[in-house]
Order: sequence, then structure tokens, then C-alpha cells
Amino acid sequence: MKIVVTVKLVPDTNADKRIDPASKRLVRTGVETVLNPFDEYAIEAALQLKDKAGEGTTVTVVTMAPESGKEVVRKALAMGCDDAVLLSDDGLAGSDVWGTAYALAAAIKKSGFDLVVCGTQSTDAITGELPGALAEFLGVPGLTYVRKVELNGTTLAAERETDNGYLKVSCPLPALISVTKSIGEARYPSLKGIMGAKKKTIAPLTLADLALDAPVGSVGAKTEVLALAQPPAREKGKVVHVADGAEGARAIVDFLKEKKLI
Amino acid sequence: MDFHFTDEQKAIQSLCREFARDEVKPRAEEMDASAAFPYDLVKKMAALGLMGLPFPEEYGGSGADTVSYALAVMEIARADASTAITLAAHVSLGSMPFYLFGTEAQKQKYLVPLARGEMLWGFGLTEPQAGSDAGGTRTRAELRDGRWTVNGTKAFITNSGTDITGGTTITAITGHDERGRPEISNLAVEQATPGFTRAKTYRKMGWRASDTRELSFADAEVPEDALLGRRGDGLKQFLQILDGGRISVAALSVGLAMGAFDESLAYAQARHQFGKPISKFQAIQFKLADMLCQIEHAKLMVLKAAWEKDRGEDFVMSASLAKLFSGEMSHRVVNEAVQIHGGYGFMDEYPVSRMYRDQKINEIGEGTNEIQRLVICRLMGL
Repeated sequence: MKIVVTVKLVPDTNADKRIDPASKRLVRTGVETVLNPFDEYAIEAALQLKDKAGEGTTVTVVTMAPESGKEVVRKALAMGCDDAVLLSDDGLAGSDVWGTAYALAAAIKKSGFDLVVCGTQSTDAITGELPGALAEFLGVPGLTYVRKVELNGTTLAAERETDNGYLKVSCPLPALISVTKSIGEARYPSLKGIMGAKKKTIAPLTLADLALDAPVGSVGAKTEVLALAQPPAREKGKVVHVADGAEGARAIVDFLKEKKLI
Repeated sequence: MDFHFTDEQKAIQSLCREFARDEVKPRAEEMDASAAFPYDLVKKMAALGLMGLPFPEEYGGSGADTVSYALAVMEIARADASTAITLAAHVSLGSMPFYLFGTEAQKQKYLVPLARGEMLWGFGLTEPQAGSDAGGTRTRAELRDGRWTVNGTKAFITNSGTDITGGTTITAITGHDERGRPEISNLAVEQATPGFTRAKTYRKMGWRASDTRELSFADAEVPEDALLGRRGDGLKQFLQILDGGRISVAALSVGLAMGAFDESLAYAQARHQFGKPISKFQAIQFKLADMLCQIEHAKLMVLKAAWEKDRGEDFVMSASLAKLFSGEMSHRVVNEAVQIHGGYGFMDEYPVSRMYRDQKINEIGEGTNEIQRLVICRLMGL
């Protein structure tokens, strides 16, 4: 069984985010790069499946990032993943969700997989669209927002979170899932894992290796950011002047009824 | 000269930072109040491989270097000094003697479970009447019919009485040379030895959740092979242990000061007086700048000593300088940290209050400031 985990490298989530007005892109220089926190749950889910399956199951990390991202990928290896694929090419700069999913799918197909595990979203652009797009390009069932997953031979059983509860679903392998926080806190890398990570392979991959049919990067982008704006400031709260508690309570109840909250 | 950390050093630092922030820091106040030993944190540190950090993998360790060890202790101490001394004493004092001087059998029996963090071990040098004058040891061990009989008392021994402590390595007089000078040797005494008893843990000003006890030996019999290394090498051995231990205690001082700085910076930005955050007043800004400057100074000294040790160079002077400076530096920094907090800094619910108490022992343990100066002067050849 080969499990592939996709990870993204994002600017430190605690740092202030700045957007370059000219390129309309997030400024990534001068900020520490970290593993996308949502992807740590994906790594955890994959490692849990590996722990359960035992011998013969491997976890490969696949990421699209500049060469300098190697060090961050090592954290995933230190946590227990077996090896990594680093897709790195200047021609990928400016890829939108379509291009990213298209290129990543080609890289994942090349490395082979039975199951792909993704985080639900990244903390930088937060589109949350990649898992779905990736499943499409891979041509496999895509189960998003999974909170619990089990493998039984060639099928996968999962619980998908919804706004009101969860759905019990299953699908044949190969497949793709994106997992939520409910999968469990991501494990710490152990010191042994850290010391052993440098001996694990991070295989480099470029666009030339993928021989894609369609252009990616800014040339191939299907979307364009037209404008950026601050979200509107929150409106001031409504102040109601009342004579007594009873009148005040009525005002609150009326307000909640109007909003259909009660 | 290269000030960059290796990938492994960086990864260990960030792991310890995360672990300390998420697992240790939230417990610090309660641990200080209850003075209860944090068995759960020891277990978690063991699972990460911290308890055997510098020892080779073949002995259950993680095979990391001294720079990584110093960075790890700093990050843990930044969150809680009690947990940091439990770790530092375990590695540098409890486990290191077996690694450096133990026979293969002793390493298998003691170092392996120690490095895995399944067992703790004490290092018994100090006595009620032999503190800075460590050579003035009075504890005696007499070899008769293939067994040592130990009599004496040890004081302030860290990790010596927890539920998972396996024993303590003690210095004892095992004879006299032809000029009548005492011959000192180190013996590994297991917890279950009849005649070996531990007092209740001391009530302390700081490091309150660490396990510190007085040990008594009354005709305690241990086998002949409890001897560590060569008979008569005790003095030489413990001096070597203390040299390495100074790096970790210096790292602990730096970490504590870093923690006090973190608290002060956050507080200064949140606390408003005269209509603005007190961090906007130069009186407070200058304190913060001075604190950071001193912390950086001490940190560089600690890392240099660790770096020399990793390169197999003579690090004794650097370690002593780092221990002395870091200990006194942490005193100045926590003092200013409380000052920045004003009245709130005197209240128990603010971490700097605990840090102020935890700091003092940094200037006493593993060689007082004064003994440290003496060591430095001797190294200068004075």
C-alpha cells in the first residue's frame, strides 16, 4: 500500500501577512516558511494508517515548492514519512489551483499511489479547492472533509464532516481524501526521526520530468486576481435604550426572532 | 566561523520549542504550586527521545550533539525550570557517568533504560558538610568479602527519589593513599539496597516540581562491581561530569531568562498606563533592549562551549565562563522582568514571579558563582 500525502509550504501562520500590490500575490520573502498546519493532520492521518497496516505500507510526501523548501519537507520525514518528492521549477511560479492540481497530479501519478491524503486547505490562499481538483485530475474518488478513515483491503470507509453531522461513505481504492482536525493532533517528530530524516530521500522533480500537455505557471493560469480589498469593517453593534429588564429582554428576543435564531 | 545551525539542530530546537509551549508551559504554574513531580512530562520527553538526547542509538539514545542538547534545555527552561532541571540532571548527571565511565555491562543495565527515559538516576556528590568543598566527602565505602559497605549522607540530590528512580551514583572514600590522603571512588547504588534510604523531597524556594532529596546510607551493602571506572578515580570523574553539566545549567539559565523576556515583552505591549502601552515608554524599552542583549551574550557563550565540546576541543574554560555569566545574567533579567510587571510581577499568577524564585539556584547549583570564579582563576594559572 502506497500512501501519498500532499503538503504545502506556507509563511509562518503567526507572522503578519502582506500582499504585494503589483503582483497581487502574498509576500513570501522575509517570513519563515512552515508546513501548512492543515497538512500536518494529513500527515498524521497517513501515519496512523501506516501504523495500523504495518510492514509494506509506505508514506510519500509530495510537494510543489522551491528548492529551499527541502528543510521544511524534512519535518514531515522526521514525523515518520518514508520519502518525499519535491516538484520544483521556475515555470510553476504563479500557478493557480488548476495548474497546481494538474502538475501535482502528474507528479503523484509518476510516483504511484493507492491513496492520496490532503489537508482541507492551506493557511495562505485558503481556497480549499485543491483536494477536489486533484481527485479529478487523478481520476479517482475524492472524499473531502474526512474525520475518520479506515482501510479494508481495496476499499476505504470514511466519515465525512458536514455542517449538521457526518456522512458514512465508502469507495474503492485508489482514492483521495482530505482530512480535518478531528483525525487527531499531529504527532511531534521524535529526535530519532529528526536524526534519521537526513538519510531519507527527497527526490527532485522538474516540469521536464512530467511532460505536461497543458501550460502551467502564470501562463497556464485559468484565473486572474483582478483586485484586492480589505473586508468591510464590522458594523457597530445596535444600542437599545430601555426602561427596565422586561423591556430589554423583549428587545433581545425580537432581535433574535428577526434573525431567525430562535 | 559559521553561526548557522545544522538542519538537525534547527529541527530539535523547533520541536522542543513547540513541545515546551504546548505541553510544559500550561503546566508550570500548577506544578510550582503543588510541587508535584511531572511523571507525565518525563514520559512525553522520553517518547520524543529527549531523555537520551546525546547518547548513541545503540544505548537507547538519540545520538544528537551538545549544541542540540543546549538548545533543547533552553527551550524547556523557557517554559519551566523544574522540568528543565529534571531533564538536564537526568542527562548530564544521572546518565552521563555510565556513558563515560561504565563497563559494557553497566551501560546495558543502567544507561539503556536511562537513555530511553524509563528510569531516572541521581548523582550524589554534595554532602551536608561537603558542598563547595566537594573533596571533603565523608561518606565511606569499605570493601569486605567482595561487597562494599557504605555509610554516610548526601544532600540536595536531584531525581534521587522518584517512583522511577533506579538509584544514585555516589562519591565515597574507599581508602587512603600512602600519604594518608583519602582515595575517592564512585559507586552506583541501587534504590532497593538495604540501609539506603531517601528523605522526603525538600521544600524549596524554586525548582519546586523537581525531585531533590537527602540520602542516607547506614551499612548499605552493594556488590563490588558497583564501582564505576577505576578505584580512586572518583574525584577526576566527577570533575569531568561537572564540566559537561555546566553547559546544561548555563543553558537552563539562558532559557529561564528567555522565558522572562517573553513574558515581559508581551506584558509591556498589553499593559496600558498614561493612555498607552508601557512598551511605548523609553524606561521600559531600554530595559527590554538590555535584557535581550544580555540573553544573546550568554546564549553565544553557552553555544560556544557546546560547540567546542562537540568538536572534541577543550571546553572547560568556556563552560565555566558560560555558567558564571549565564547564572548572573538570569538574575539581572528576571529582576527586570518583575520590575516591568510592577505589582503584578509580585503575584503568583504571573509567571515572572515563579521565574524570580526559580532563578536563584542558577547561581548556586553545580558550582556557586564564587567557586566558578575560582575555577576560572585556576584555569588562568593564578
